[in-house]
Amino acid sequence: MASKRISSAKELEQLGRDIASKADPDKRIVSICTMSVCGQSRGSGAIAERFAEEIRRAGLEEKAEVRQTGCQGFCEREPVVIIFPEGFYYVNVEPDDVPEIVSATLSKGELVERLLYTDPTTGERAAKESDIPFYSHQMPIVFGDNRRINPREIDDYIGLGGYGALSKALFQMSPEQVLDEVKKSNLRGRGGGGFPTGRKWETTRNASGETKYVLVNCDEGDPGAYMDRSIMEGNPHSVLEGLLIGAYAIGSHEGFIYVRDEYPLAYDNTIQAVKQAEEYGLIGENILGSGFDFRVSVHRGAGAFVSGESTALMNAIEGRVGEPRMKYIRTAVSGLKGMPTCLNNVETWANVPLIINRGSEWFNSIGTEGSKGTKIFSLVGKVNNTGLVEVPMGMTLRQLVYDIGGGIPQGNKLKAVQTGGPSGGVIPEQYLDTPIDFDELTKLGSMMGSGGMVVMDEDTCMVDTARYFISFCCEESCGQCSPCREGLRMLREILNDICEGKGQEGDIEAIEDIAEVMQDASLCALGGTAANPALTTLKYFRDEYEAHIREQRCPAQACQALTCYYIDPALCTACLICRRNCPTEAIYGEKGIVHWIDQEKCIKCDTCFQVCPPRFSAVRRISGEPLPEPPAPGTRVTREEKG
Amino acid sequence: MMVSTTKSKGLPKASGAVKKAVGSYGKDKEALIQVLLDLQAVFGWLPPGVLREVSEQLDVPVVQVYRIASYYKAFSLQPRGRHIIKVCMGTACQVRRSPQLLNTISAVLKMKPCETSTDGRFTLETVNCLGCCAMGPVVAIDDVYHSNPSTADLQKVFESAE
Amino acid sequence: MTVELQIDGKEVRAEEGITILEAAREAGIAIPTLCYHTELMPHGTCRICSVEVETRGRMRTVVSCGCSVEQGMVVKTRSPRIDRIRKTLIELLAPTTAVDGELGGQMKKLAREYGADTHRFESRFRDRPTRCILCGQCVRYCDEVVGEHAIGFMGRGVDRRAVFFPEKAKACVTCQACFNLCPTGKIPSETDFVVFDGFSVDDYLAGEL
Repeated sequence: MASKRISSAKELEQLGRDIASKADPDKRIVSICTMSVCGQSRGSGAIAERFAEEIRRAGLEEKAEVRQTGCQGFCEREPVVIIFPEGFYYVNVEPDDVPEIVSATLSKGELVERLLYTDPTTGERAAKESDIPFYSHQMPIVFGDNRRINPREIDDYIGLGGYGALSKALFQMSPEQVLDEVKKSNLRGRGGGGFPTGRKWETTRNASGETKYVLVNCDEGDPGAYMDRSIMEGNPHSVLEGLLIGAYAIGSHEGFIYVRDEYPLAYDNTIQAVKQAEEYGLIGENILGSGFDFRVSVHRGAGAFVSGESTALMNAIEGRVGEPRMKYIRTAVSGLKGMPTCLNNVETWANVPLIINRGSEWFNSIGTEGSKGTKIFSLVGKVNNTGLVEVPMGMTLRQLVYDIGGGIPQGNKLKAVQTGGPSGGVIPEQYLDTPIDFDELTKLGSMMGSGGMVVMDEDTCMVDTARYFISFCCEESCGQCSPCREGLRMLREILNDICEGKGQEGDIEAIEDIAEVMQDASLCALGGTAANPALTTLKYFRDEYEAHIREQRCPAQACQALTCYYIDPALCTACLICRRNCPTEAIYGEKGIVHWIDQEKCIKCDTCFQVCPPRFSAVRRISGEPLPEPPAPGTRVTREEKG
Repeated sequence: MMVSTTKSKGLPKASGAVKKAVGSYGKDKEALIQVLLDLQAVFGWLPPGVLREVSEQLDVPVVQVYRIASYYKAFSLQPRGRHIIKVCMGTACQVRRSPQLLNTISAVLKMKPCETSTDGRFTLETVNCLGCCAMGPVVAIDDVYHSNPSTADLQKVFESAE
Repeated sequence: MTVELQIDGKEVRAEEGITILEAAREAGIAIPTLCYHTELMPHGTCRICSVEVETRGRMRTVVSCGCSVEQGMVVKTRSPRIDRIRKTLIELLAPTTAVDGELGGQMKKLAREYGADTHRFESRFRDRPTRCILCGQCVRYCDEVVGEHAIGFMGRGVDRRAVFFPEKAKACVTCQACFNLCPTGKIPSETDFVVFDGFSVDDYLAGEL
């Protein structure tokens, strides 16, 4: 087999041109997200196969082809099909819709109206992605290429100019100039803390040591966040290119990519990307003939949130337990194997090629005074349009939740937005106009974190939210240091008690005492921030704690021990839906006879509440008040069923 | 006690599998976690005999092997069922009532979280975020993701699992 | 090379590279510890030896066993903040270490000195008391000094445990090095030298720890 090796900047440029010119401008591209577990879970693989089959059957192989891509962002509406060059955007596509798309759109360029996105508020249909509010407010500079490339094909990336920034850095810039450009860009680490990337690089570069390492942190453990997974799955070469540029600037010749165990597809795509880059000589010795050498290994995690902490991650790569170690000497000076090490997260590395290509001035034109560029958020929870969004820093929470996210489902009221995962906190409704950047979120007691943004509505209990994060950390902390381990254990017990109506006077003060010691004395950042969810919910929703403790009432009617389910006899039409769906057969009644719940058998799974048709709304959640007597056996329905 | 049972039954097989896994990383001690991940995939859990083999072949104290095997969630020190059910407990799933989904699955299968059914068919686990947050609540059954399944959907999947 | 620093108002000259704890002890200033041992690598996990330091005008809390001395550093080994940390830590550790509601040894002394209410969290503690505070002195001594690797950590988070590996513990009968290290007295009072009933790896795997 002939060598694929690209041995100069010129050859890379030529290859890019060849790939671009080979693409037939009249050929339609059917872009489907199959390289992401979200798309896969909704059956996008079957859609892609069906397209291939129908294109063949219609004899359109010369006119259309399927492109399997990574995450395109609008995960709520998966499977999504985008047709280029028009950019027609079809949502919730079923395999049986495929023949119609092929005959209408692919052969004739006509729209299939019924598959377009319909705005839930205005009822208007949007033909193209840019017409959909979810996308029109975004600025997808890092994430935007996902839909245009198959992550398993390096040529797709090179065809879009990929590795051009690396070539520019290697041949037109000295390592100092690269470093300077990144410093001037004011890029801050996207993994959580927001430390200036250029400064981290500089410290590593200046630290003494023959061997230096660069690391990619793809141990995205924050529950509710999946940006890094989607970049690693959907555009791994952008991360590799950033890593190579960083290594060149720092003077490192070896890198590691640490991928979380729960992300098997990201791991596979990374392995494939490294292999293809090696075949092209973009990783290895004498890259592009520049004399710069670099090799990279991919390391699988094994399931531990705390492994994302820098020293823990380094321990894990060394084959030791992924526990944090004392960090009085910075890892930039003494990190992996005791050598100067620069660890950045996936999104940070993916920003680097953009900065080199377009310059720090351009990068500085986006964002706020203290936080430049864009940030990808996973907008999830109780919001209509869930998915991944990339916006300039400084956008307000309100714009994010309402303009992009389309507001709260079922007309519910927003209560809070949780940011920063277990290290972050909740931001209540009154701060929705806060511009999102590193410093503003910290001021509110929360933090940017890696970009999880979980929207909570009036049905979410804030004490339960704190309990949830504390329990998460009880399992996910390493358990080495006593303030974190014993503090979390006791916070968990206290919060469990409060959620079960067994809270006591003095509990709130105990939570605050424990939190203070955890903040002041824990060994690593996990312990130091683990009490934040409890502290911020206390700060903004103290009344909810007090309702639980003093009245045994859960205002959100979410805490299972304080909530009962009741079927209102006046509203029940005896439609049997709840009875059929109850997993414990706790609901009695038959056609024409009002249903009732046997409280002994009820496991409070909420199923009856959810399946009761909204036009009846007969199932009620009750908390903090006595449960009404059940109807006498055989009570007949009084309410008429109106279709 | 535990040592002797595995010695009589599984050791020859364990030894071969361990040799292969250890060999594929060039007997590098730093690859301990990677070796254990491979062996977890082969056996579905990490039997004591396998851990002791790894300790011998990689020349790492058995204490260290156990420490790692018991630290990470990807490893199991107990046998697991033929079908693995993972209910996502990530925040996005949590606010969309994944604890209630877990209750439902528990009730349908008549088993508690972290248990393996007596017939060895199912193991019910929770996982702290599958990263599939826009689809919540999510349950992965043998690595196939189901987004907000109904009781009937679940029953159908469980019935079809041998 | 030596550096000059101030500990509790006292001017101290210390060798560069040594820890604050070592410098304080040389100067006759006591800082309490639970996981520190002179023959072992600093572990920095009990956090009892936390102190406040001021360097270049910045105040922070560090553990004195892991943080090196610096020129011009100002160290406070006691302050309202430090006393609060130690008091709450003792209160949090008390329920797992108490025998019949009473603390023993080093823990008892510390509780008295810092005015800790050792019953504060008692009613809320629902796990089985292990009488182990996971200081890891036994684990590390057996690893780093004795070289037998007979004790190790298992699990993580609140379920972290230190357990014996009976098959590796042949030398324990004669060694007994960890007996005097244990700050709660668990090892000398509970061991049987053979199967380590109640804290062996088999107990852990059987879910009995």
